[in-house]
Amino acid sequence: MSHTTLEQAEYERQRKRQMKKTTKLMLLYGILIFVAIIMLYPIIWLVGASFKSNADIFSSIWFMPKEFDFAPYVQGWKTGTEYTMGHYFMNTFKIVVPKVVFVVISVTITAYGFARFDFPGKKFWFSILIGTLLLPNIILRIPSYMMWKTFGMLDTYAPLVLPSLFGVDVFFVFMLIQFFRGIPKDLDESAKIDGCNSLQTLIFILMPVLKPAIISCALFTFMWTMNDFMGPLIFISSVEKYPLTIALKMSMDATGGAFDWNKIIAMSLVGLLPSIVVFFSAQKYFIEGISTSGIKG
Amino acid sequence: MKTTAKASFAKDRYIGLVYVAPWIFGFLVFTLYPILASFFLSFTEYDLMSAPTWVGLQNFKELFKDKEFIKALTVTAQYVIFEVPLKLAFSLFVAFILNMNLKGINFFRTAYYIPSILGSNVAIAILWKFIFSTDGLVNQVLKVINIAPISWFGQATPAMFTIVLLRVWEFGSTMVIFLAALKEVPAELYEAAEVDGSNKFLNFCTITMPMITPVFFFNFVMQLIHAFQEFNAPYLVTNGGPMKGTYLLPMLIYDNTFKFYEMGYASAMSWVLFVIIMIFTAITFKSSKYWVFYNDNGGEE
Repeated sequence: MSHTTLEQAEYERQRKRQMKKTTKLMLLYGILIFVAIIMLYPIIWLVGASFKSNADIFSSIWFMPKEFDFAPYVQGWKTGTEYTMGHYFMNTFKIVVPKVVFVVISVTITAYGFARFDFPGKKFWFSILIGTLLLPNIILRIPSYMMWKTFGMLDTYAPLVLPSLFGVDVFFVFMLIQFFRGIPKDLDESAKIDGCNSLQTLIFILMPVLKPAIISCALFTFMWTMNDFMGPLIFISSVEKYPLTIALKMSMDATGGAFDWNKIIAMSLVGLLPSIVVFFSAQKYFIEGISTSGIKG
Repeated sequence: MKTTAKASFAKDRYIGLVYVAPWIFGFLVFTLYPILASFFLSFTEYDLMSAPTWVGLQNFKELFKDKEFIKALTVTAQYVIFEVPLKLAFSLFVAFILNMNLKGINFFRTAYYIPSILGSNVAIAILWKFIFSTDGLVNQVLKVINIAPISWFGQATPAMFTIVLLRVWEFGSTMVIFLAALKEVPAELYEAAEVDGSNKFLNFCTITMPMITPVFFFNFVMQLIHAFQEFNAPYLVTNGGPMKGTYLLPMLIYDNTFKFYEMGYASAMSWVLFVIIMIFTAITFKSSKYWVFYNDNGGEE
């Protein structure tokens, strides 16, 4: 009999522990789900809102529209200007594509120089590199504007794209240096024995290993350039050359806020679409990229 | 590090320099020159039309009598004071939960990361403006729980709140960095502590926090630098209003530069902001030796 009470007590204890564990789990998941709702519901609701009529938007917190209306997309695409959204999309890609190419090339080369070679003044230049990582860019804005004005290149995409040819995106240089450090130097050695020069070593031996990191750089550049607002705001002045971000802001100003919300929302979502697609098809690169560069700071 | 690098392509000491040369050129032209130029400009009066005229310290003297500048400075300070700690605390809190080996972590990590990847987009700012509008989502939710609607953009404090919230909402990348740091904390440390009879809370204070201080430091400095330069959110969501209650310093600088063409005066403002950011960064770096714990030989960059 004492045996059964003991067993029962043990059973009770286990059950209590189990319950405690379950409550804790439920609490944790509760928090996680609550935060997830706060993070995502506004976006989901807005997706719904883009199909609603203007009267419907302000009547319900439920995201599903009563009936799907594609008119906001059709009308929004035309925009209030003489160009369609497609035109502004093209403009954005005219900035994004060269920028991504330039960043990838220049950043890889710079990081390679710092990570694999010793040269006079390396310590000095490396500390400059770290310094620019922390430099508040706001200080550069006015003289940069004047400089491009002197070059006669205002209202072109050059100011937005050309500097990237010279590795000015130091965040990525820094990120790639971290990745380079993780690759054993033996690889370089054996490449050298096989007769590769340093550039061949980079292109044929190291870049394949670095591929994930380089993809991260390209993706972040894509995303940030797609989203860039300040740059085009300063440098681009003719409507014809506006990228998507400025065009959206313009259409928001034009409607004055009171009406046509659904059109603006629809176009905002269309504007986000490339970023969303890229993020979902390559999210591991984003998360790895940001973790690695942050961690070793 | 030095010896191995030498071993690989040591014949030519300058080959590395060739690789970094484009960057050095870029630094000189697109970073160093603008810094010097803006320093020079801050002592001049310049409207882009006629040549800059030297006015000595006059811009700076004027600045500290300029009510608009003082107001913008105060508002910027408010923004930084709320945004940075809130974002860091929230990121750390969520990262801590995500580090608990629960199922479905990847889903949540992705979900939380989405706003920060899209966040700087104009579209999000437009959406934000909309969510907080008088009949927007937030007020509709408040109506459901019987709270009177708030005029979010009608007063300075709620308007500031919406902007801070927008940036805190984008806590994803900070959180991912914290999460990576938490995963690096060696499990043995917790096991050893358990033997010594420690509890979860004690563990957090004595093991987790000290071990992640380098990353905390990194996040703090980065957020600080970003927050002081915030432009997009107030420009797009509140347009600095109401009553200039969210008119942050970078907006004032922008208006002086591109609306009033006060290049000299705006440069002086940029320099004041720049020096403020530098002072805070320096303080953080200086103080770091008292609170940042480096596992290896003293945290070399």
